[in-house]
Amino acid sequence: MLRSRYALLLGLVVCSAVLAVALLASVNFGTIRIGVTDVVRAFVDYDGSRDDLVIRTIRVPRALGAVLVGACLAVAGAIMQGLTRNPLADPGILGINAGAAFAVVTGVFVFGTPSSTYALVAFAGAAVAAALVYGIGSVGRGEMGPMRLAIVGAAVAALLSSFTTAMLILSQQTLDTIRFWLAGSLLGRDLELLHQIAPYACAGLLLALALSRRITALMLGDDVATGLGQRTGWTKSLAALAVVLLAGSAVAVAGPVGFIGLVVPHAVRFVVGLDYRWILPYSAVVGGIVLLAADIVSRVALRPQEIPVGVTTALIGAPFFIWLARSRVRQ
Amino acid sequence: MSLLSRPATGEATLRAGPVSVKLSLRAIVIFGVLCLVVFAGVVLNVAYGSYPVPPPAVLRTVLGLGDDTGQAFVVNTLRLPRALVAVAVGAALAVSGAILQGLTRNALAAPDIVGVNAGASLAAVSLIVAVPSASAAYLQPAALGGAFAVAALLYVLAWRGDGSPVRLVLVGIGLGAIAGAGTTFMITFGEVQQVSLALIWLTGSVYGRGWDDLYAFLPWLLVFLPLSLFLARRLNALNLGDDVAHVIGVPVRRTRALLLLTSVALAGTAVATAGTIGFVALMAPHIARQMVGSSHGRLIPVAAATGAAIVVGADLVGRAVLPQVEIPAGIVTAILGAPFFIYLLYRSRRT
Repeated sequence: MLRSRYALLLGLVVCSAVLAVALLASVNFGTIRIGVTDVVRAFVDYDGSRDDLVIRTIRVPRALGAVLVGACLAVAGAIMQGLTRNPLADPGILGINAGAAFAVVTGVFVFGTPSSTYALVAFAGAAVAAALVYGIGSVGRGEMGPMRLAIVGAAVAALLSSFTTAMLILSQQTLDTIRFWLAGSLLGRDLELLHQIAPYACAGLLLALALSRRITALMLGDDVATGLGQRTGWTKSLAALAVVLLAGSAVAVAGPVGFIGLVVPHAVRFVVGLDYRWILPYSAVVGGIVLLAADIVSRVALRPQEIPVGVTTALIGAPFFIWLARSRVRQ
Repeated sequence: MSLLSRPATGEATLRAGPVSVKLSLRAIVIFGVLCLVVFAGVVLNVAYGSYPVPPPAVLRTVLGLGDDTGQAFVVNTLRLPRALVAVAVGAALAVSGAILQGLTRNALAAPDIVGVNAGASLAAVSLIVAVPSASAAYLQPAALGGAFAVAALLYVLAWRGDGSPVRLVLVGIGLGAIAGAGTTFMITFGEVQQVSLALIWLTGSVYGRGWDDLYAFLPWLLVFLPLSLFLARRLNALNLGDDVAHVIGVPVRRTRALLLLTSVALAGTAVATAGTIGFVALMAPHIARQMVGSSHGRLIPVAAATGAAIVVGADLVGRAVLPQVEIPAGIVTAILGAPFFIYLLYRSRRT
């Protein structure tokens, strides 16, 4: 575990460097090899050539999208795990992804929503599902254990996805339009979409960072936090808002991508300890790296076909979830 | 089978060789009423449709007394097997859920929550999408294989040492997520027609099920339903805790494996026959427990009848609400089941 502040800061710098390398690797991989100088030239001295077009409309938006989505999911997961004191919290496990998917499919099926507005619809769906799961999880009295939220999430996800499936059965056209998005993917995301979402994502990230000290106190228990002079209800509401902004932005860009929010904070906590002032920035950077890597694997593994990145992250993340359940949960 | 004792508590013990079942009159009456409900549900299901057959005519036709060949075709070939499949699927799911809930000592466990259904779905969807030429006859073995594969993993991964029920459920959710990712993969890459077929199957429906499906299903029911009754007393013993069960002479590990096998076999064949009809395995045992308590000798048959009634009812409702579309039974049960699930959480939290 890194303990001194300088070691932690250095670690963060190293991680950022790795993130930069991963970004370049993501831009580089593909049928056309593209180097750093090409990227710079495409933006500084755009000449409309095919390479420039590929760089500006496909590779760069995709890589940036992966970083944004990975960072958002990891930070959202970290906050959820801290706030609920639940080691298994993740936007996917807790049904938020299913809510967003349900909203988008409803939009496409009922109103013929064009893909440019998936983002906002997904946002609404994510928020509603989050409220639903948290609300149901906290009915009645007693402690909201890790078990309860995971099961409520699984049940809400089951309900919503059966509605989703119902609509897809009724309309083959909707199915064909939406199924790649539904699996979670970064294919074909353009800079305009990122522009649209970035404000929400950045607001979420900043809000999260601003709350980091309070979340650390909350981790020690509501009583401790209250004793330290915190208004816990206020903190929790703001943190929930941050989660919805972050998870919603991620779903809006990439569709339902699971398990990044689960795996990354755990790995990070292993290295930096329990202080959220470090966990959150580390999670953001590492989340970006992990999703970039997963996206590269998705593109390369079955060439020329492309695996939706949500499938890749689930195949990596679910075994980790099982490992956690095996080692952390005793009762 | 002989009626040996009949104490004043209204309980009777039925004994047939090594099997003995404690029955209470209350449980028998409730079971009888539920069977009547299921029967009425089947008759209504067969009667209702774009070609309505009056209920008395349904009975006459089934008994072979009718003389209308058109009616006989609609009743005997189209609607009756479908209704009976619904009954069988409901009963199997409910018993599967009752066993799993007893086994994990967790009221929220069910084959659809712990990933068994997801395993069956992955196998079946893979078959439908990846091998479109495969005959439908392979669907059932494939789905069963998927269910058993997940169950085996669940057993290996979750059951070590203390056999924590919480861990079982959580590991199950994780396995379900992996199987779900596999299913998503298939849905993303398949031909859209095949995918559409797979989705219909995935939602859970008894649409178009015929005698063949029922005959393929029956042997499993005939083996595992009696087995579950036979194991009911041991399950009660396990509920008292492993140590107690061990002391009263129940082979704990073997019984647990056998019970898990029974539960998975029933859920797996049900999913193989009708797709994933959600929440029935969760709901039916709870409703049954409200009526007859948690002794498994009574619980299992009452849960079976409840599950059968739910699926038959769900199929009828799905057909009646939007006749042109036919809402799959699995969606009806999900709509009913989710609020029920929330209610259960609410209750389990207060105690």
